[in-house]
Amino acid sequence: MTERYDVLVVGAGPAGLAAAHAAASHGARVGLLDAQARGGGQVWRHDVVAGDAALARRSIAAAMQHPGVAWLPQTRVVLAESGGLLVEDPQHAHRLEYGALVLATGARELLLPFPGWTLPGVTGAGGLQALAKQGWPLAGKRVVIAGSGPLLFAAAATAHRHGAEVLGIHEQAGRAAVARFAAGLWRWPAKAAQAVSLRARLSGVPYRCGSLVRRASGDERVQAVEIADGHGSRRLECDLLAVGFGLVPDTRLAYLLGCEMEQEGAHPRVCVDAEQRTSVAGIYAAGEICGIGGRDCARVEGAIAGHAAAGARAAASALLARKRHAQAFAAHLRTHFALGPDARALAEPDTVICRCEDVTLHALDGYTDSRGAKLATRCGMGACQGRICGSALAELGRFPYAGQRPPLFPARLSTLSDGHRGA
Amino acid sequence: MAARVRIQVNGETVEVVAGSSVAAAIAQLGLPFRRSVKGQWRAPLCGMGVCFECRVRIDGVGQQRSCMLPVREGMQVSTDD
Repeated sequence: MTERYDVLVVGAGPAGLAAAHAAASHGARVGLLDAQARGGGQVWRHDVVAGDAALARRSIAAAMQHPGVAWLPQTRVVLAESGGLLVEDPQHAHRLEYGALVLATGARELLLPFPGWTLPGVTGAGGLQALAKQGWPLAGKRVVIAGSGPLLFAAAATAHRHGAEVLGIHEQAGRAAVARFAAGLWRWPAKAAQAVSLRARLSGVPYRCGSLVRRASGDERVQAVEIADGHGSRRLECDLLAVGFGLVPDTRLAYLLGCEMEQEGAHPRVCVDAEQRTSVAGIYAAGEICGIGGRDCARVEGAIAGHAAAGARAAASALLARKRHAQAFAAHLRTHFALGPDARALAEPDTVICRCEDVTLHALDGYTDSRGAKLATRCGMGACQGRICGSALAELGRFPYAGQRPPLFPARLSTLSDGHRGA
Repeated sequence: MAARVRIQVNGETVEVVAGSSVAAAIAQLGLPFRRSVKGQWRAPLCGMGVCFECRVRIDGVGQQRSCMLPVREGMQVSTDD
């Protein structure tokens, strides 16, 4: 089935919700799609036990309940065709056409390989938070949280709320850098308040800077971790380990559509102008895919993109000062939680890097591009299509992201067959 | 009291809060999810449909990401399949 929207928004996190609402407020007919069953994205993921925070509830309702917005849940983009996207939901394939397209595909977690990271019970930090909100049982579980960035606090708070015993938060950045980050927070009072409230909720939980989980061990699932800091290393028994080293823009659809990219560290982000236009006419981008900036940045960029996509340039321009303020926070975050060399040196020669195909770091020695490595070792050829190992290998300095070919996700044969297209 | 939903995992009944993911229901039983190509046990990593480590068979259809699907009464799930 083919449907046409004035503005089609891909991704229903803070950026996509704001874009859909802004575009619909000018009378545009908007389609808002997301691979998940509910809107909110990752940061506003619904908690099946605790419900939603007030801002999340309001923002989701404002977009979804607008009469001009058609909500398309559990819908994933398979490939881009001229003037439209081929998508599939759990039952059917559809072609969605658009006047303007807003990409708000967000980010995924940067997960760096270390010995034992494939054991059941080892998750991302945001990963643990997402699983907890889905109803994953945490009551009474001993949890170690590690990696980098403020997301570690959010993950710890969620785990704590779900009854876990958080043994500690281990931040790779040094104490001085974290102190400078905290000292600069006064410029964003809402962020400062959030930091204070998170710290208060986790008052009994040790927060260690310059500290890394070097290894996870256990029979068939994680039972202990080895933690190293300036004072040496020690072993800690636990039931779960949640490790995340920040976020990576999810640029794959933008790449397929031919949008110009630039590097932010080891990872690409989509280039946009002040009104969130990409290099491709009629295609806008907002939120984390334009560079990791967090929720507030995503909301304002989404609103600008939605206004601009609906042709309301004045409404878009009115938000530019707010956007600059939010983006300054993103820069502040990047500077102080920059990854140190130790975080990139955790994998050992026999550590699995590509989890889908069980390819070790040693097997990748000698390859300088992902294509060569793929052809010889199958690295990146599994179901996740290199989403985990590709970002990790780029961060480790082995070889960069090699782009994306369709389909974006494993898709049903019936979706790809001509007979079903446009049917 | 939140509504509860019952599903079957490897023939065993498990009851969870409505809206929970299939992955969360499997975790209630403490089971690993799948075996890697070289036979290692694996379980969810990303929680958001990116890593594909949570793949299981649901109502006869294999390779489903269990973190992406909310439970539905009577669902039949099998792990390591």
